[in-house]
This record gives sequence, structure tokens and C-alpha cells, in this order.
Amino acid sequence: MVAQLLQGADAITEAAIAAGCRFFAGYPMLPFTDLLERMSRRLPQVGGVCMNAASELEAVNMTLGAAAAGARAGTGSTGQGVALMQEAVAEAAQAEIPFVVFTMARGQQDYFQCTRGGGWGDYRTITLAPRDVVEAAEHAQLAFHLADLYRSPTIFYGDYLIADTNMSVEVVARDYGELPAKDWAVDGSRGGTGKSRLIWSWDMGKVNNRGRQPDGQWRKVAAKFEEIAAAEQRHETFMADDAEYLVVSWGTSAAFVDYVVEELRAEGVRIGSFRPITLWPFPEKALEEAAAKAKKVLVYEVNAGQMLEDVRLSISDRSKIQFIGGVSVDYSGMRQGDILEAAPIRERIRQAIAEGD
Amino acid sequence: MAVIPTDLPPTTAHVQIATARVPLQLSNDHHLCAGCGHPVAQRLILEVIAELGIANRTIVTAGHGCYTGIVSYADIDAVQVLHGRAPAVSTGIKRVRPDAVVFSVQGDGDMVSEGLHEILHAGARGEKITCIMLNNGVFADTGGQMTGATVLGQRTKTSLEGRDAELHGYPIPVGDLLTQLPGVAYVARGAVNNAGSIAQTKKFVRRAFQTQLAGAGLSFVEILTMCPTGWFMPTAEGPSYLAETIEDTFPIGQLKAMADVIAGDD
Amino acid sequence: MTAVLTRGTVTMVVERCKGCELCIPACRPGVLRMSERTNHHGFKLPELLPGCTACRACYEVCPDFVFDVFRYDTPIEIEVDAGDVVVGAAGAGATGETH
Repeated sequence: MVAQLLQGADAITEAAIAAGCRFFAGYPMLPFTDLLERMSRRLPQVGGVCMNAASELEAVNMTLGAAAAGARAGTGSTGQGVALMQEAVAEAAQAEIPFVVFTMARGQQDYFQCTRGGGWGDYRTITLAPRDVVEAAEHAQLAFHLADLYRSPTIFYGDYLIADTNMSVEVVARDYGELPAKDWAVDGSRGGTGKSRLIWSWDMGKVNNRGRQPDGQWRKVAAKFEEIAAAEQRHETFMADDAEYLVVSWGTSAAFVDYVVEELRAEGVRIGSFRPITLWPFPEKALEEAAAKAKKVLVYEVNAGQMLEDVRLSISDRSKIQFIGGVSVDYSGMRQGDILEAAPIRERIRQAIAEGD
Repeated sequence: MAVIPTDLPPTTAHVQIATARVPLQLSNDHHLCAGCGHPVAQRLILEVIAELGIANRTIVTAGHGCYTGIVSYADIDAVQVLHGRAPAVSTGIKRVRPDAVVFSVQGDGDMVSEGLHEILHAGARGEKITCIMLNNGVFADTGGQMTGATVLGQRTKTSLEGRDAELHGYPIPVGDLLTQLPGVAYVARGAVNNAGSIAQTKKFVRRAFQTQLAGAGLSFVEILTMCPTGWFMPTAEGPSYLAETIEDTFPIGQLKAMADVIAGDD
Repeated sequence: MTAVLTRGTVTMVVERCKGCELCIPACRPGVLRMSERTNHHGFKLPELLPGCTACRACYEVCPDFVFDVFRYDTPIEIEVDAGDVVVGAAGAGATGETH
């Protein structure tokens, strides 16, 4: 492939197709709509199916069905629509059905939705938060791999900046390693054999092959998430090795923060940044280490303080944590507002430094 | 004493004409109430699948209700799904596995209350799936509350004096709504309260699956079942209550069918 | 003594029976009636009288898969005492089947 100037929605689409996604279902809602439209055009071209569902409930349940039948399947929406999908995501986590939810948020206010989840039971969702279109083209593939690796739904956290920005990106099919065949997926073939399959979040099994039952199944799934938490944390640091001030940000905000960090470094401030790439599992240890020598840990995100809670959970000396983000929305209610800019970020950092310890 | 012993097969020369061994049913011992109509409906479905020779490519999705156990009792690849969503899950399965035979089983609460949206849209799209609704007019599994299909006058725990149009509105005839949609190729309503209706219902179920095999569009069978527990009555009164009350609102019969599915019958 | 023409018979797996009584009105010749016998769950059981026509209605309606049905190659005559309960009294064809 060759690097092209691609809109985020196109880059994600091509990446998902490169990863083998052949089923997608969605309901229009900004800024997810472009992704649905691209999938609608491209999937039939590669022998796949894209359903324009009649609701978000329908979309996620169609995707759950396609995934239960063994396909690499995706769905998505924006926060308000993903809110409707919570039951199904939790159900899939407990039933161990893998698919990817592309939540294209209107900003950064859906961190809790993805990391705490609004579904039922003891479940988590691996959540990847790319910083730009280039990383999005990688995460769209990684999300499918992790979903299949752990047989669990994963979340791709994008936003309108990812969906709408055009960037030069080469969508390369990535190989994350062999995965076992999906023998558990239903295809009808075991009917009448005495060994037919059953996918059920309660795993009550067949009469002649009792499953783990709810207690056993939910303990198994909870243990799986502990395993994932230990194995799949991802993060990135920038100029942080000797930083006195560490700015923690995530997703598309990180690009703005890093820009300011670089400027301030040039002005002699010993400042660096830390970015969780997986919102869940949150890279707690890595953050604690990165923050160990910092005087202050400044948390910047465009919301009322959501990742802030995970930062507090990660760093034992909470007195150094200061929130420099905030709720900020533009006139339309659908995009980040005016605090997402180099100048206000810089101003807030300078103020925090000036305030002292 | 006139009573005939029934513990052993007869010694007089005979032919066995009915066996309690239901094909594809992993056990006959179930936990449903005495007098429940669901086991009879399940038997018909499994017999049709076995007779059509499609067990090894059939996938069932089942919603939440007393009938959910079909996923455990049937020797068929199965997915237990969220309340109301079976037609959507079936859609996803069938779209990625078009050669599979995909059918769903839901109660009236699951389909008419929670899942009205899903069945109507699946029908509008003409999904090539078979959707079966077991209709006893009550949310039986949760103790007996009113559903979107509860008939006027029917007593439930949330309509203790009987469903009243003023207070509770009217039941929704999903089958009749589906007949209006061009994507829906087969609609029938049967019952399991007597042997004649049972035989007719089995024909409806067979035609529904044949409709799917012909790739014609969505096929739908509603099966009225007895629920003496949810109806607050002795088991022996179930069949007559069904005939006099439920069937009065939801008449038995075939409402829509492709001509060649009927012609090539049995 | 009278002779009752009997075309078939049934077996019952009584441990599965839940005493729902649906077989009684379903039986077209009316040769099933509830007895005072119970299974180990405590459910009252049906019993079979002479005159079975092997119509299979009991098998069709039973929700608990209690019945196997057999048809004799040649119908037999079963002698019953004059005082015994006779077919039809148990409500033959009482289920109002139509359609």
C-alpha cells in the first residue's frame, strides 16, 4: 500500500477491512456516521455485509450475531448511541463473543462509559484510544485481534477529530500472531451430533453437557479480565525522563498537549507527557513510575475529570495531582470547545507551575 | 377390572405409531409447569427440523422466557440472546452464514413488548430467517405480568381485574402487522390446545422452514400455548380458556404464504 | 360381559407425568380417565380403559412425553364386566377440535 491522504473514517474502514472485518452494523449519529457510510460502500466490495440498522439496539445485536457465527464484526456509534448498546456489550463479555465497538465520541466525555461500562456484571472492555488518524489505522486492526485473542468485545475510542481529519497514512495489514480457530462459533454443523454448541452468558450448557453455570462462567470471565489487565496495558511517554512536571492526557488531546510540552521544553521547563494508549487496562504502574520524580502531575482532558480518577488510583502521592482540564463544548454541542487549543493548555500549565507545590 | 396395563409394550402383534422420543431433544425431563403448551410447540419444531434433514445446518436463537431452555434441550447449535433481540441476532448470523437455517424462538413478552421493533424491521428487510413466537399472553417466567399481547379481560398480576382497554389499551397482533410487509413471505398462527390444532400447527412450522429454504423472505409462526400457571387456573382448563379467550382475539390460520410452498406441501 | 373393540394401546412413562389431565379430553374415544394412583412426585396419573383407537391424540397433546402409542395389526375384543365404566363416559372428543 501507498501512503494516502485519508479521512479518518476512510482510514479506519480500510484498516478494519485489512483486519478481516466482513460485517458491520450501525445507526447514523454524528460523528460516527461517516464510518457507517464508508463501511456501507466498501464492505460489499470485499464480499462483506454492512447493515444500516434501525436502532443502536439492533445494530449491536446484529453484530453480536455475526460474531457468534464466527465473523469479524464491528459496530459503533457516538456516546449517546453506545449508551444504548451497554447491555449487549456486557452480554457479549459474559458470553465471550468478540467484536469491536467503534465509539466515535463527540469529545472526551465518554471515558467513563468505556472504562467503567454501563452494562451488567463483572466485565471490562479493552479500550484503545488512538491519538490521530495514523494510530487509528493501527488500533482498528489491533482491536479485532485483541477481541479474538480474548474472546471479548473491545472498544475503539475515536472522536470527531479522528473521524473527520485528513492525514497522510499508509494502511498496512498488521500481523499480530496466530489465533486459534473459532471452533466455538455457531455454524449449525454440530446439530444432531450430540455435541451441538451453545453460546450463553449464563453457560447453562446442554442437557448432556452441562456448562460452567452462571457462577462458574462469571468467575471465569472475571479471572480473564484480571489476566488481560496484567498483559495488555499500553502507554507512551514524551520527553518525560527527567520531567518535573508530567502532563497526563489521552486520545486526540495528547497531540495538543505534546505540542505545548515541546514548546515549553524549548523555554527551559522540565516538562513531559504521559499518554495511556489503553484506557482500560489503564497503565497504572507505568504512570506511577513516570510520575515518581515529578513535582506535579497535571491531568488534561476535555471533560469534568474522568481519566483523572484512574490517575488518582495509579499514583500513591495524590497531593501532586492537579486537574487542568474541564468541560468544553463548541456551539453545536458536538465538538470540543475552546480549551482544546495550544494557548489555553499552555496557560493552564504555566498557572499550575506558578502556583507551586 | 377394566384398566389396561400401560407399563410395557403390548405382546399382541402391533406397530408402534408414536414414540415419546422426540428427535433432536436431549431429554424429555423438563421443568416447565404441568399443562404448559411450550413443550408441545418445541416438539413440533424439532420434528420438522429432523424431517427436513436440516439439523446439521440449523442455528437457533432464543430469547428470555420459560422456553429459553430450548437452547439446552435441543441438539442444535444455539445462541441465547437478549430479551427482544432475537430477530436482530438471527439477522447477523444469517447474513454471514446464508447457507445456515436460522430460526428464533421468543415468547409474546419477548417479541411483542420488548422486541416489537426488531421483528418488524427484520420483516421489513425480508431477512431470510424463521421467527417463532410462543404466545400465552403473559410474562410467565417472571411470575405472570401483562404483555403487549395480553387479551382484553385476561387477568395477570399487572391487570388483576382483567385487561381493560381504557387502562391498558389493546393487544398487538404482530402476525397481522407482519402480513403487510412485502419482505415477509409467510405468516401463520397455530395453537397446541388440541390434537387437531397441533397437527395443523406442525404444517405451519414446516411451511415456515420451507419458506426459508426457498430463500423467500421472513417466515413467521405464532403458536398459542397454554399457561395455566400464568392464567391462574387448573391445568385442565387451559385448552378451553385458550380456545374461548385467546383464540378469540388471535384467530388460528394461515395469513400469508407463497403459493408454491403450499402446493408442495407434506 | 360386553366386548369392547380395541384397535391399539399405549405405554406411559408415569414418572414424567405431571397430572395435567390434558390427555383426558383429548382422547377421542374417551378411554383415558384420571385415577387415584400417583407417581413418586405425588401427581395423579391417568389410566387406560378398553377401546383405544390408536388415534395418538394423547401423545400429541401431552406436554411431558408420557405416551408411546401402538396400533394392533388386528383389532382385538376386550371383555369388560357390565358394572365397569365404559368408553365414552370420560368425555370423548371433548376438546372441541375443529379447523
